[in-house]
Amino acid sequence: MPELTGWAVVVALLAATVGVITASDKSRSRWGWLLLCLFVPPALIVLFFLPALKLYGPGEQPWRRWVFFRVPISAFVLVLLFPFYWMIITTVRPDKELYRPWQAPNYAPFWTAHPTLDHIRDLLTTTLFSTWMLNTMLISLAATAISLFCGLLAGYALSRLKFPFAGSIGTGIFITYLVPQTLLFIPLSDIIRNFKLGDSPWALILTYPTFLIPFCTWLLMGYFKSIPKELEECARIDGAPRWKAMLYIIFPVAIPGILSAGIFAFTLSWNEFIYALVFLASPDQKTVPVGVTSELVRGDVFYWGELMAGALLGSIPVAFVYSFFVEYYVSGITGSVKG
Amino acid sequence: MTTIEAVAPRQYVRGPRRGPITRLLEDERKLALCLMLPTIVLLGLFIAYPFVKGIELSVTNTSVGVPGKFVGIENFKKIWTDDIFHIAVWNTCLYTFVTTVFKLVLGLWLALLLNRHFKGKAFMRAFILLPFIIPTVLSTFAWKWMFDPTFSVLNWMLFHLGIIHSRINWLGDPGLAMISVIIVNVWRGVPFYAISLLAGLQTISPELHEAAAIDGARAWARFRHVTWPLLLPVTLVIVLFSVIQTFADFQLVYVLTGGGPANATQLFATYAYQLGIGTGLLSQGAAISLAIFPILLLVVIVQLVYIRRAETL
Repeated sequence: MPELTGWAVVVALLAATVGVITASDKSRSRWGWLLLCLFVPPALIVLFFLPALKLYGPGEQPWRRWVFFRVPISAFVLVLLFPFYWMIITTVRPDKELYRPWQAPNYAPFWTAHPTLDHIRDLLTTTLFSTWMLNTMLISLAATAISLFCGLLAGYALSRLKFPFAGSIGTGIFITYLVPQTLLFIPLSDIIRNFKLGDSPWALILTYPTFLIPFCTWLLMGYFKSIPKELEECARIDGAPRWKAMLYIIFPVAIPGILSAGIFAFTLSWNEFIYALVFLASPDQKTVPVGVTSELVRGDVFYWGELMAGALLGSIPVAFVYSFFVEYYVSGITGSVKG
Repeated sequence: MTTIEAVAPRQYVRGPRRGPITRLLEDERKLALCLMLPTIVLLGLFIAYPFVKGIELSVTNTSVGVPGKFVGIENFKKIWTDDIFHIAVWNTCLYTFVTTVFKLVLGLWLALLLNRHFKGKAFMRAFILLPFIIPTVLSTFAWKWMFDPTFSVLNWMLFHLGIIHSRINWLGDPGLAMISVIIVNVWRGVPFYAISLLAGLQTISPELHEAAAIDGARAWARFRHVTWPLLLPVTLVIVLFSVIQTFADFQLVYVLTGGGPANATQLFATYAYQLGIGTGLLSQGAAISLAIFPILLLVVIVQLVYIRRAETL
């Protein structure tokens, strides 16, 4: 095994070098890319996976712990979080320091001696940012509410009731879950125009559920299946009609699932971009992602301080919801994958 | 036992206080119809109808405000010979393939690291997911600022580490622009892979590993014969899901490069947007975004076959 590892690393490094050189040559870049893709991941696997697989016991040597666990995981955290740090530091940095080229001798990237709130103040007073926040909040909440309502009813029907075409309807909903927004945005923009919904929040409130309902239904179906049938049967024996058993017995038990679905749906609709970009035109109707993209970049000029302030403030609601419900959110992700 | 169950509901269910609606909803089929109705109406109106409309648009010569005539497969012929479309096809495939490979490898690695016991694990897991939950457009702007040729902190770091000696124009150079876009996509996707795979890893009982270890299996053998087969179903679903999303990606490229420089990062979605919305050629744009459909179909078929197999197992 050790000699194999050595050879694999040598071959991979050689291939990677050749790949990088070929990829930077314009006429042969495709082959370089291919080489890179074929050899770099296996090299990574050999170098780091194999050691990472071991079951670590108390007798683990300290250097192994450093090389194969502490250093890699710190690197991951550092790289994954650095852009957010950069967002924050840019927001509070005065313009004079912000537009200092990186070759300048007094370029101090990681901190600032004169923190300022100017960018945030400008963002809130001279732009429509607070309107966009309000729009996004309203649209996200409304779309989430509609999707949860539909998803709850459909999920219950598909997991508990026997009716004709149940199987094919379930499959159909699953397929719509996979349909990306970019497949349909052009015909949808035409339809929205025909329905006279263009440039109003309704365009988004009604279209966001198309990608939220399948997700909510799928997640809640799984959740309903995990609730024992006997619970409902008891209520029915006690004389409750079917819809009451559903409303008062099953739905309250499913609250954790509803919460997961709701939180996930909320963040998805807060993040949505292409529909909002295409269906909305006037500045005061826009959502945060679209507003920041189109209104804070004037011509070719980027107002980086305000842009980063907008990115930071625009992320806060999502981050806030997320930090309170991490467990529900994670179960939403995993539930959406497992089905 | 069974007799009691069969008799008891009959005695109570047919009570006199029931309204006509309740009685109607007592029928399983009618209740199901009522419950499915809102979902079917919304999905029909905003998924099925636009899909049909998209196909209809793609065989006409409609542009914004101008109702079109039927032109058959003229639009498809046009994009078939369109050089930019060819570039977009190649770019989209490259982008999807490279990012998926890296996301899977790095995500699995991170999941394996997170699967260990250490202090502050829950805290770290929560932080690691941030790139995935923060609105993509907003975090992409942070990257765009980091890639800025004049003020780039990345250039500063690489320069001071001695790796580069002159400035790098990350988004301005055609080859580098693709690399930059791929880096950002991988950055955003790794947490999703890691957390999903971690959930898969945690369902694997440690006893299996211990048993294999007692039988003398080394680390690689344990991964190959215990972890990997059990993780494969979850991995397959994650990869297929992510392939569709990446294949149809729009916002990341739109913010970072807008498809440029010289179409070096042009994808299906950005090109469809450029033609369909930018220049108002609705029918051609619709034809291009329909090019996403074959890959979607492929993934759906794999998923359905796979799910059927999983159900029969």
